[in-house]
This record gives sequence, structure tokens and C-alpha cells, in this order.
Amino acid sequence: MPGDMLPSEFIVDVDHQRCRRCKRCILNCGFGVFDFQSMTTADSSKCVACHRCVVFCPEEAITITKNPLAFREHSSWEVYLRKNIWKQAQSSGMMLTGMGNDLPWLNVFDHILIDACQVTNPSIDPLREPMELRTYLGRKPDSLEIKADGDGGFDLETKLESNIKLDVPIIFSGMSYGSVSLNTHRALAVAAEKLGTVMNTGEGGLHEELYPYAGNIIVQCASGRFGVHPKYLNAGVAVEIKVGQGAKPGIGGHLPGEKIGREVSGTRMIPVGTDALSPAPHHDIYSIEDLRQLIYALKEATGYKPVSVKIATVHNVAAIASGIARAGADIIYLDGFRGGTGASPAVIRDHVGIPLEIALAVVDQRLREEGIRNWVSIIAAGGIRSSADVAKAIALGADAVGIGTAALIALGCRLCQKCYTGNCSWGIATQRPELTGRLDVDWGAERLVNLVNSWSLELKEVLGALGINAVESLRGNRERLRTLGLDATTSEILDVKPAGR
Amino acid sequence: MPAACGLSGVISQDGHPIGGDVIIESMRVIHDRGNGLGGGFAGYGIYPRYRELYALHVMFEDPPGKELCEELLERDLEIEAAEEIPTTPSDEIVEPPLLWRYFAAPRGEKLSAEGLEADDFMVQLVMDINTTVPGTFVFSSGKNMGVFKAVGFAEDVGEFYRLPDYTGYTWIGHGRFPTNTPGWWGGAHPFNILDWAIVHNGELSSYGINKRYLEMFGYQCTLLTDTEVMAYLFDLLIRKHNLPLEVACTVMAAPFWKDIDFDDDRAQRHLYESLRMTYGSALVNGPFAVIAGFSRGMMGLNDRIKLRPLVAACKDDLLYVSSEESAIRQICPRPDRVWAPKAGRPVVGELKGDV
Amino acid sequence: MDSAGIYYRELNQRVRELIGQGYTEITLDGVNGQRYIADGLEESVSIVINGVPGNDLGAFMDGPMVTVNDNAQDCVGNTMNSGKIVIKGHAGDVLGYGMRGGKIFVRDDVGYRVGIHMKSYKGQVPIIVVGGGAGDFFGEYMAGGVLVLIGLGGEGVPAGDYVGTGMHGGTIFIRGRVPSRQLGREVRVFSLEDDDRTMLEGLLEEFASDTGADTAGVDVGEFVKFRPFSHRPYGNMYVY
Repeated sequence: MPGDMLPSEFIVDVDHQRCRRCKRCILNCGFGVFDFQSMTTADSSKCVACHRCVVFCPEEAITITKNPLAFREHSSWEVYLRKNIWKQAQSSGMMLTGMGNDLPWLNVFDHILIDACQVTNPSIDPLREPMELRTYLGRKPDSLEIKADGDGGFDLETKLESNIKLDVPIIFSGMSYGSVSLNTHRALAVAAEKLGTVMNTGEGGLHEELYPYAGNIIVQCASGRFGVHPKYLNAGVAVEIKVGQGAKPGIGGHLPGEKIGREVSGTRMIPVGTDALSPAPHHDIYSIEDLRQLIYALKEATGYKPVSVKIATVHNVAAIASGIARAGADIIYLDGFRGGTGASPAVIRDHVGIPLEIALAVVDQRLREEGIRNWVSIIAAGGIRSSADVAKAIALGADAVGIGTAALIALGCRLCQKCYTGNCSWGIATQRPELTGRLDVDWGAERLVNLVNSWSLELKEVLGALGINAVESLRGNRERLRTLGLDATTSEILDVKPAGR
Repeated sequence: MPAACGLSGVISQDGHPIGGDVIIESMRVIHDRGNGLGGGFAGYGIYPRYRELYALHVMFEDPPGKELCEELLERDLEIEAAEEIPTTPSDEIVEPPLLWRYFAAPRGEKLSAEGLEADDFMVQLVMDINTTVPGTFVFSSGKNMGVFKAVGFAEDVGEFYRLPDYTGYTWIGHGRFPTNTPGWWGGAHPFNILDWAIVHNGELSSYGINKRYLEMFGYQCTLLTDTEVMAYLFDLLIRKHNLPLEVACTVMAAPFWKDIDFDDDRAQRHLYESLRMTYGSALVNGPFAVIAGFSRGMMGLNDRIKLRPLVAACKDDLLYVSSEESAIRQICPRPDRVWAPKAGRPVVGELKGDV
Repeated sequence: MDSAGIYYRELNQRVRELIGQGYTEITLDGVNGQRYIADGLEESVSIVINGVPGNDLGAFMDGPMVTVNDNAQDCVGNTMNSGKIVIKGHAGDVLGYGMRGGKIFVRDDVGYRVGIHMKSYKGQVPIIVVGGGAGDFFGEYMAGGVLVLIGLGGEGVPAGDYVGTGMHGGTIFIRGRVPSRQLGREVRVFSLEDDDRTMLEGLLEEFASDTGADTAGVDVGEFVKFRPFSHRPYGNMYVY
């Protein structure tokens, strides 16, 4: 009987008729569920339903079920709330969790529908006719000065700021080396290069081995300034100042000492085994003018590469975004309240912030009202689950989207939410050498490339159905969306008409 | 193949006068491209007597709207002449609104008070009237040119407005088959801002973002029809941003990345890349063929994959552009040359001298 | 029959009446812009058009011979089943869409999207021969039949972009080299067989005779043959 008097969440059942006693389950489980005492035994209380054992059992002898233990139903006192109290009564402390918000908050994307052309406008066939997804991230001028050169041609007089060129409007969101394994970072870098997009280092610095991928990396400068030195700043096409993230708006990051091995220590430039604590604010950004100062310090240090600022979406995100644009940022990364993380207090992850869809709509609109929309590109992230979400985010106004959770799921993640333990059986959110070796870099890169390619094809089909052959005609084109089942006020805030209008 | 909307246009590049009956004849041939829910024309060089003044064509639903509008006009403009637009009652043109025209210029003191150029001042005034005065629309606001439009078949609209009584060096015509909005007088083509008049065949799938982009610069899209954005885009890109006409066309019907990347000339690649980067929200997607009239010329343009028909022809100094060759051949039986413009490349006729 | 100024509905009705009365040769003078001429006609009659016919000439046609002594407009031979259309001038866009049989000869240029989704069935093989050049998307979605582009009197490549995009049947012959970047992904170059040469020679003769084009200097060896590499080019695009 476990000390906190809690029943197991999952029940692991081994079919001993089928069990071959190969012991692969014991080897594969990162959480120590299995043992062998004359036959394979399982301690269900340790199971997190990550399915590693199920996938690798050659006889399909293992089933994992939700513990069917009956609780008296109560629509206010959901079972997880009762369990949280038992846990907190057992040992005082904050409930910690991983990945993104899992509560049944309304999902705005799931209440938005996309238009299609019929009769009055032809759809375009993406398999046979040109369909363009190329996207540039960075500051754009208000207009261009162009003079005739006297020879029938034209000369461009305006000098443009540097931009990042993407072949697809999908990037890999920042996940720190430390919260994820080095092989995960390697797979992301290789995939980003193959796809013509970028990955983001997250706040843990960049392992030296990945410097050759600089053309496809955005380096992050977070409040802990882990691994930030001049070579690092130049090992990417842009620098991102991480002010906040969707999973934990307002608070800093926390990588427990168990995950700081030698390599992580070397990359982050902190001693082995110490906790890596990112302070809540950047201690040199207490107000917006400080942000401007940091942005230009970074520009000077990198020869004026684009600077991105990543923020969590909170109530006054529109005003904050406007301030950030005026502070000199070239890109704003909006991380919605469903954004993932390796570790966050559950109360913050689940109850703080606002949905990405709404933040995106108000930020895009506010920047347009102020006539400065072209000063920044917007990256939208935090719960992008499919190509449908990508299309809708772009129509609401995003220049590109970032995927974190989706990328990890492509690598095998089952969303068990135990990243902070460092026991990830899939070799993703761990630093234990016996586990990290499991993620094959080439295999992982291929899966990431497949995922983004599949979504690109689907995105092109959506564009074709809309009668559009270049993604810039979908960007901000809210006229091609309709809401279904959303209240009138929210539809108004999104500036999307309800279906039927 | 849906064949909605018919277009036709002609310009005499030497500035010779062409009677309004010519463009009506051309439109008559392509009658079936419309469905009677809208028709219209624009003529250039039709008001030589008032050539330096803005010629405002206004439609009023009722007298109170006219009174209110005239107050605004009196306040801001020196009005040289004001009169009803001459029309011939017709069975085909039902329940016309009040149709008036005013030849005017902005009051000097108003211009200095607002610190605006005359053109910007007029644009603002027109937007103001169209958004604030109920049942009233200024549907033409250029100099020495005018838009004439109504609900009805093009040839009937032309007769109603007595176009054969006018002569001009450029005429464009349109017969409408509306796709998204019911037929109403303001929604007929041509759409106008200052001396730009646009007739359009097709539907803009990028309308939502073109509109929001233009709103950033103060243009109000009030006429419920996607074509409106094309008129404003020409005004913005050419008059406000000073882009050469051909470059503005490149923005609206941009070449494909695969063709931009293929160009050996690095400066050219950078030019087109910069244009697409900066003006992505002005890319016009969706099938379109447009004919645009402006003070010094006329232009025909197709979308980047030519989903709508457009034919051009020339004879001596005359340039013709139309949806169908037969519309040209009706008024020019033996042209010197007939050709099909390429996708995304404009056909341009320009006045050689002064008029 | 003088057709000047007659509305298309009346004109086409008169044509049908004349055919009903047994006339097998009909000449229409002063045509300009009337649509749907010869649409859906099944009789083996000959119709000569003096002037520019309107859109959809010979649509759904199944038998007649139509000659145009001028230019034609869009959608000529739309879903044509059999018969022949000869145009002594140029033609517009979307010619021969869904054509299933018969022949269309155009002396000069054609526009965009010509020969889309031509298909052959049993003994019927649709054929389009163009004397001049063509715009983009020539032979898009081709499923059967023969497209020939001669490129007389022009310079450079007679075809535009996206030639044969979506092709999964049929054959395209173009005189002169077409850069591979102008070809659809589904298209491959094949070598000219003797059968091809014979067929092309015969077609060119017929074409020259019907349209009056000067094909004397044309060597069939200059033609390049294009066919699709697969009947099912999208087999592995989908995940289940």
C-alpha cells in the first residue's frame, strides 16, 4: 500500500501465457515497473502509461488499462482534484507536472471552420498547380523605393532588414537541452535543415556539436542566460529573448539537478548536479525600455540578426506585443496557455494565461490598428495539433507556427506528463545514458521530416480548396474562417463571423 | 467554365475622341457574360470644360441624404457647377436613385488647415461621405473623367446615361454577374478612387487580407464588393508609394518563387524577393481579369495563372482589351494585331501627348 | 445564312431546323460572338463560320465538321465526342476540355489550359494539332489522346509552363526541346518510334491541307514525345 494511500492510476497486466520471459519490458521501462521473480511481475503504482513496454513486447503480452476502481461521481469534485489533495496532504509542496494544459478548457480551434471555393471561384489543385508556402520572418519596410533603370528594368533603392527564410511556415519550438536529451536536439537540427525551417535551442544553450546547423537554428537567450556567450549568439540565424512561456507565464524555469549531467553542465556552463534555475523575470528587464536595451545589445553583438521575443499569452498581450514591436523586436513568439514544458507547477500550467487563438487575433489586430503590423512577424505556438490548426492560425494572422508537443509525439512521446522525473522511457525527456541512447537521431529526424511534410501537403490542399496559391493570401484573411458554437463576444474578439453570415 | 462578368476597354493613344456609343456596342456583344444585375462604364476626357476640377458623381437614395452631403461638399469645396447627371428614362433601369454631379476643388484654407495634398484631401472626403451619410455614395471622383453605373445590363445602362452624347479618349465597360452580393447600384463596376476606374471579372480569394492591409492605410471598404480593393491597391501602390505601374502589377500578380529563384541576375532576384516580402498582403489571389483606366492611360491585367479570359488588339493608335475577341471585332473588324496577354503581365496603353 | 446580329439562341435553332430539313452544308456569315454554335449536334453535317464565333463552339459535339475562317474564342470543342473542328486563326483558353474523340486543328496559337483531361475510350482517340504555340498547363490531367504542338513562325519553346501536369495517359508531341523545368512532374520523355513518325507525317499533311498552314519545312524528327511515367502517379501520397 503506497504511503499516500492512493490507488494506482493504471493497471499493468502481463499475460503469462504469452510472456516469453525475454525481459525486454524490464530493460525498456524507465520507471522501474517491471521485475522478474520466477515470472515477470509489475508494480502498477509506478506505471505512467508511456507504452514503451507495450510497443517493445514481442508477444503483445502486456496491456495497460486505466484503473477501473470506482469513485462516487461528483461533477465539481473530479477525481483528480481529490487525488491532488491526498498527495499534498501526504507531503507539502506544489503539484508539479509536465507538457501542456490538460484541463477541458474550450478549444477555440475546434470551433472554427474553414471556407472552400465553389462555382464562383475555382479551387486550385495543389498536386498539379503551383502552391507556395515560403515564408520570411523578420521586419518588413512600409514600402519600397523603386526607380526605373532606363533600360526597361527596375532598381531597388530600399535596404531591407535581415529576415529568416522558411520553406514551410512551421518551425520547431524551443525545448531546452537538459529538459530534452541531446539526441532530441540533434534530431530537431537535422530535420530543420532537411525541411528548410528552423529549430529553437530553448533556454539550455546549444551543444557545440550542433554549431554546423547554425543556418537552421534560433538561439535563445533566457533569464538564466545558460550557455550564452558570443560564439553561441552567432550560432544561429536569429536570437530569441525568452521573456515567458505559455506553460508557466510569469515564472522561471526549473531543471532539477538530476538532469544536469556532464554534457548538460558543459553546454549550460554550470556545475554538474546543481539545479538550473531560471529567474522569473530577466533581471535586466524590469520594464519595457529595458527590453529595448537588451534587444539592441544583442543586435550589436550579432551584426544585426533578427531578434525574437517570446512571451506567454496573458490578458493584455495586445498592448505588450505593441510595446515589444516598438522596442525593436523583429519577431514576436506567442506561446498560448496550452504550451508544453518539462516541468511546471500544475496550478500555473492549468489556470494561467489565455488561449493562443484569441491572443493571436488581438495582437494581429492591434498591430494593424497602430499601422505597425509589418514591423514584426508573429509566430504562434501552444497546442498546434494538426495541419488544420496551422491553417487556422495563419488565417487569424500568424506568419508561422511553432510545434513542440507535436514534434515530441512524432518521436514517440505518449504525453504521460512525467518529463520532470527524467525517466522518459523513449529517451526524449531524460539525461540517463541508458535511456537517451534509445532515440536514434536519423530515425527521429526522419519522423520529424515526415510529420512536417504531411502537414505541408495537407496545408496545400486547404489552400487549394480556398482558391489560394500562395500562403501570404491566407495570412490574416479572417474572411475565410467562420466560427461554430462560439459565443458572440468571442467571435467578435476573433473578428471571425459565425457560420451562416 | 463559369463565365461571369464581361469587360471591354478602348483607348486612343493619340487622344482622338471616341463616342460613348462605341463602348456600348462592344458591350452589347458580350451581353451573356452578365445577368442584368449591374452594368457600368468609365470615360476619360469627357469633361474638357472642367478639366482641372474634380468631377464628383454622387447617388442619393433620398433628398435628406443629398442635403446632408451637399453641406459637407459646401464646407470643404469650391463648387464651380452642380447639376443632375443627364439620363433617359428606360424600362430596363428601374427606380434610379438621385444622380448628381459636382465640378469642384478643395477650399484653399481647408487644405492648409489639414496639411494635406489635394488628392489625399479628396480621398478622405469621399471616404467620409461614403461612411457617414446614409444612402449616399460618391461613385466617381476624378478629374475630366466619370463613372456611370447602375443595376441593369451594360448596354441599357449606357443608353440610360446617354453615353453616346459624350466623347472621350478612353472608355471601359462592364457587365456584371455578381457572385457574392446582391445587385445594387453602388456595387456595380467600375470602382473608382480619384482617376482610377477598375472593372473586374473574377473573385478575389485574398479579399479578406487585402482589405485589412488597406485599412491600415486609412482606406475604408464600404461597397461590399471585392473589386473595391483593387482600385484602392492601385491608388496606394502607385500614387502613395510611387511604384511604377509595371511594378505595382508585379505586386498584385506576383511571379512564382520558382521563377524568381531561377533568374541569374542577383539584383533582379533580390528585387522580386523584396517585393513579395514587403507586399505579401497586397498579392491578389483568385481568378481575375481587370481593366483599369487612369488619367494617362488604360491597362489590362490577368491573375498569375490566367484563370479569366482577356484578349488584346491594336489598330493604329487604338488599343483594345476585352474578355472576348468578338467584343473587340464588333467595334474594330480588322485589327492590325490580336493577341492574348500572358498571365500576370499587364497590357498598357498610354496617352502620347496632352489632351 | 447571314448571321449578323442574330442572338445565339435563334441562330442555333435555325441551324438545327436547316439540318432537320436535310441540309448537310451550312455557311454562317457575319458571325461575331454568338455562343454554343454546333453544340450537341450528332449529324454528319458541315458548318462553315465566317467571323469570330463565341465561346463553347462545338461543345458536346458528336459528328459534324466545323470550319472557322477567322479566330475562335474560349472552350472550343468542350467534351467533344467525335467530329472535326478546323480554325484558320488562333483560339483561346480551355480548348478541347474533356475531349473524347474527333479532331481539332488550330492554324495559329492557342491559349491556356488546352487539352485538359482528354481521354480515349475503346476505339476513340481525340487529337488536337496546334500550328503555333500554347500557354501554360498544356495537356493538364491528360488521360488519353494525342496533342501536337508545331510552333510554326515562333521563336523559342512553343509551350508554356506546367506542360502535362497531372498526366496519366495519352501522348504529347512538341516540336523542339522543352526544358524539364517547364514539364509537369508526371511527364517523361520517350523516343520517337516509327509508328509515331508515320502518324505525325499523316497528321501534318491533313493539318496543312485543312488549315492552309505551311508545314513544308517541318521534319517529324524534330518532335519530342512525352508520356506519363505511371497510370497512378499518386499511389503513395496517402496515409490510412
